[in-house]
Amino acid sequence: MKSLAELAAIRDKMKDKVAIRDSENGTRIVVGMATCGIAAGARPVLAQFVEEVAKAGLSDAITVTQTGCIGICQYEPVVEVFEAGKEKVTYVKMTPDKAKRVFAEHIQGGKVVAEYTMGN
Amino acid sequence: MKELSLNVLDVTENSVKAGAKNIDVFLIEDEKGILTLTIGDNGCGMTPEVVKSVIDPFYTTRTTRKVGLGVPLLKMAAEQTGGSIDIKSEVGVGTTVTATFDTKSIDFTPIGDMVATMTTLIMGAPDRDFEYIHRKPGAEVTLSTIALREVLGDVPLDEPEIIAWIKDYLTEQYNNFGGTN
Repeated sequence: MKSLAELAAIRDKMKDKVAIRDSENGTRIVVGMATCGIAAGARPVLAQFVEEVAKAGLSDAITVTQTGCIGICQYEPVVEVFEAGKEKVTYVKMTPDKAKRVFAEHIQGGKVVAEYTMGN
Repeated sequence: MKELSLNVLDVTENSVKAGAKNIDVFLIEDEKGILTLTIGDNGCGMTPEVVKSVIDPFYTTRTTRKVGLGVPLLKMAAEQTGGSIDIKSEVGVGTTVTATFDTKSIDFTPIGDMVATMTTLIMGAPDRDFEYIHRKPGAEVTLSTIALREVLGDVPLDEPEIIAWIKDYLTEQYNNFGGTN
């Protein structure tokens, strides 16, 4: 069984790490989680990005956050990627599988997955 | 919504947006198969006029768009099973949304993945406290972020390692819960 003692051990491991997160220069992955996004399947998309970041051990450099409706409900689930010094990239009609590919090719590989962006 | 847990996620986001510090999410199933969902918060609350209009799909606080569907979708999910929805709210005190469902109805939407809903909520609002209870006769799943915070101190709840622990903690409890409706 998961115990609070185990949680305390994680806490002790985390304590020093928390302060060094670089939110200024880091990458932000923002998932639309309003009614429209949730109904279209945003929850598993968000979970997939969180899992990919954790698997890659990049939680200091990449944050995954949630936002409300940005007004393009018919394109949900919508994911926006913000990288320092670069233009925002908006991915539309996302799925967990597409999230995997965006993470590998764009977030880690630096190449935008154009076919999943708006207007494609 | 394909799962009731998605309605829960959506409507509980309203409590977060209302600035609530404490948010209760309770799912209580009785021996007759009646499920009562309660989402209670100590957020900004609503005037009686706003409460009346909030179940209307064409009422929303948003200014960029004129439709809000969260509560109407929950109401529909409850009423299609023969259940109902009730909203009690007071400005400056908070809001409690209660919905009842007959889980025996063929139109009952399966509860679905409440673990994903609770971890998503905590990730999205790690500065709030959530009290989660899912109970049915003879079994219970609980989570209190207040209790977790007592252990964690200054370490935020949305650290990936902490979220992973919460996910496992709830999943383990659900393994002993014997499945949901």
